Amino acid sequence: MATDTIKQHDAHAHDGHEHHDAGAMKIFGFWIYLMSDLVIFGTLFATFGVLANATAGGPTSQEIFELPFVLVGTFLLLISSFTFGLAVLAQNAGDRGAVLKWLAVTFLLGFGFVAMEVYEFHNLIAEGYGPDRSAFLSAFFTLVGTHGLHVTFGLIWIAIMFFQISKRGLDSVTKPRMLCLSLFWHFLDIVWICVFSFVYLIGAM
Amino acid sequence: MFGKLSLDSIPFHEPIIMVTAAAIGIIGALIVGLITYYRKWGYLWTEWVTSIDHKKIGVMYFLVALVMLIRGFADAIMMRTQQAIAAGGAEGYLPPEHYDQIFTAHGVIMIFFVAMPMVIGLMNLVVPLQIGARDVAFPFMNNLSFWLFAVGVILVNMSLVIGEFAKTGWLAYAPLSELKYSPGVGVDYWIWALQISGIGTTLTGINFFVTILKMRTKGMSLFRMPIFTWTALCTNVLIILSFPILTVTIALLTLDRYLGMHFFTNDMGGSQMMYVNLIWAWGHPEVYILILPAFGVFSEVIATFTKKRLFGYKTMVWATVVIAFLSFTVWLHHFFTMGAGADVNSFFGIATMIIAIPTGVKIFNWLFTMYRGRIQFTTPVLWTIGFIITFTLGGMTGVMLAVPGANFVLHNTLFVIAHFHNVIIGGVVFGMMAGFTYWFPKAFGFTLSEKWGKRSFWCWLIGFYVAFMPLYALSFFGAMRRMQSYEQTEWQPLMIVAWFGAVIIACGIACIVIQLVVSIRDREKNRDLTGDPWDGRTLEWSTSSPPPNYNFAYLPDVASIDSYWEMKQQPGGFKRELATKFEDIHMPRNTAEGPILSLFALLFGFALIWHIWWLAGLGAIGMFVTFMFRIFNNDTDYHVSAAEVEKTEREYHKRLEMQA
Repeated sequence: MATDTIKQHDAHAHDGHEHHDAGAMKIFGFWIYLMSDLVIFGTLFATFGVLANATAGGPTSQEIFELPFVLVGTFLLLISSFTFGLAVLAQNAGDRGAVLKWLAVTFLLGFGFVAMEVYEFHNLIAEGYGPDRSAFLSAFFTLVGTHGLHVTFGLIWIAIMFFQISKRGLDSVTKPRMLCLSLFWHFLDIVWICVFSFVYLIGAM
Repeated sequence: MFGKLSLDSIPFHEPIIMVTAAAIGIIGALIVGLITYYRKWGYLWTEWVTSIDHKKIGVMYFLVALVMLIRGFADAIMMRTQQAIAAGGAEGYLPPEHYDQIFTAHGVIMIFFVAMPMVIGLMNLVVPLQIGARDVAFPFMNNLSFWLFAVGVILVNMSLVIGEFAKTGWLAYAPLSELKYSPGVGVDYWIWALQISGIGTTLTGINFFVTILKMRTKGMSLFRMPIFTWTALCTNVLIILSFPILTVTIALLTLDRYLGMHFFTNDMGGSQMMYVNLIWAWGHPEVYILILPAFGVFSEVIATFTKKRLFGYKTMVWATVVIAFLSFTVWLHHFFTMGAGADVNSFFGIATMIIAIPTGVKIFNWLFTMYRGRIQFTTPVLWTIGFIITFTLGGMTGVMLAVPGANFVLHNTLFVIAHFHNVIIGGVVFGMMAGFTYWFPKAFGFTLSEKWGKRSFWCWLIGFYVAFMPLYALSFFGAMRRMQSYEQTEWQPLMIVAWFGAVIIACGIACIVIQLVVSIRDREKNRDLTGDPWDGRTLEWSTSSPPPNYNFAYLPDVASIDSYWEMKQQPGGFKRELATKFEDIHMPRNTAEGPILSLFALLFGFALIWHIWWLAGLGAIGMFVTFMFRIFNNDTDYHVSAAEVEKTEREYHKRLEMQA
């Protein structure tokens, strides 16, 4: 849907040049990048699966996971995906102000998620359960941390998009970028759902 | 201030390294001097370093690969010399810790910095031309990929003089590569050289995948694509799916080494078996990443020089796709002896043998194409025939290794070394040399010397057999790989034969260099103005050589496989006529952001190797800021005006007429 919109717009802008679908190509390329990123996460999930019980006398997952706390973070991220969806709808409607507003809300929610994760990591490390304590904790910190790093990059990207859209508006450069960012953000949401299910839920059981 | 780096990091006491360093220094100074003397820095910067032209990027990849081939070969001949001497108590001239660095560097360089850039270089030069496109999907990213790759090359070469390289073997198996057993910077050089260049490779994979799927000219359906493009497509799928696994594996090893984590350590629950599984889950597809494009080259060469359409085009495509798929199902055959159990071993053994079927399909396709064709025995054809024989042999020793029972005997012996050189030299190297000779005139507008090309081929072919057949034999006597010295004096004669084979290969490499020099000297004599020196079949031959930066003044229409050949067969044939009307062409603009970002990546990598944290921070910030410049850069493309296109085309046609 969103992809089609951009295609039409660009076709108008360039009078059917051979590069008329540059925006669509960018989005397609970004999809492919996401697939390669998915392999990264898949590999990390696999390593976590292998090492989940390798606690080396350290804490087990049941002992350190606080499900209610993580659930709050999860909802922050899920809602941020929804608000990003609203930003894209606003973009399709051509409403720059609303795009900026929803980007800001998404940023805050995403920031909340990252802050909670940092807090969780900080607590674990303070208790002596850092990533160097056992292979299980190495795998846990790396999988969750890689997702967290992705979200952090997403936040930086949102900030840049905010700045760029407020500067140059919604045009053939910013629009495909917004759509790529939207893909990225929803992708991280899906990955997080897997993290929550396979790492936290199963781990706490 | 400088982390672990000090003057002691430079091995002044090692004469071999110091002499090599001095030689590199002198040659480097000479090149810099010459460039300055001829005032070519500006030209280099605007025409090459910042270029986003896929053809020039392709040439740069190949050039670096040839230079690194010489470096990697120097390692090879040092090893062969060592093994020819160090028998029966003799220690040879290389102490173990140096010898170990050499076999590691040899493997890393030959795979990552010779074979990969040759494959990617050819892909860059050829794929957009074959599909009738004006550039790749993401031209800036293409330039960035190249420079990130170059960072890897620079880091590996730095390790020669500053510090050391890994002593772990080319895949740095854990736990040997963990801090406890490899406390030096060698493994860190390995980590950052591969990590940075590997990210460049992933970007290349995405770039060409999108290019092939989205930028084909009118009428070129998937099943009208030239075979080389098909193999490139499959290779890029493999890159996209497998290189992230390498990225993660190296990252986990990095976390172990830098942050004290326990993914692959002996203690605290680490799993060494997981490292081997992960690295080969990337490593096995990697060998198909290298060989599939070589298969593509042979297909193009054999069809062109037998003047026949490739036999079984569709089966060739499907064989390629099947091989690409199967390449992900066989990784465990690299470590049958690790005790995964009989069931698992038999699954992977059988899966491995199954790959021989689609490969066999390909072999027969090439043979049937030649059957009753009018074969012209040009250099690329010689490489192809040499490949068919050599690769078939290597494939059969591969099937032998795929039998788990036999593998328990052959594991880690010279048999493995002989086998994979059999398929990599006989497959990838021969393929790349065939492609090099075949497409060189497309890139530069003149053909390469056939005489020196053929000499090179014969040296490589004979040299290969003399160097590696003795290794097969030695393995049956129990000779292991990676031996710095050995007791059995009865092995020495065969080791000396193998050394002699390496010397013959050295002649083959020398012939390539001479071929280049001679051909550049005689370029006016060997000039090809038609753009089609071989009477080719695919679109890249329909444009001039070298093509203008926009490749095609008009994007061609395609109605069949080998469409350019079909055009030539029509009554009246194909005429290179000047178009009557020209239009503006939209092109990407050159950019300095790729090389600058990569320069910061180099600082970043170097700083992390030596634990110079402030410099690593500087590198990271530099990369980020450069990337921001790119994002906020609005001046990324331009239009080549119709008048300029017309001028270029007219000049070309004038030259054509003058020649006629």
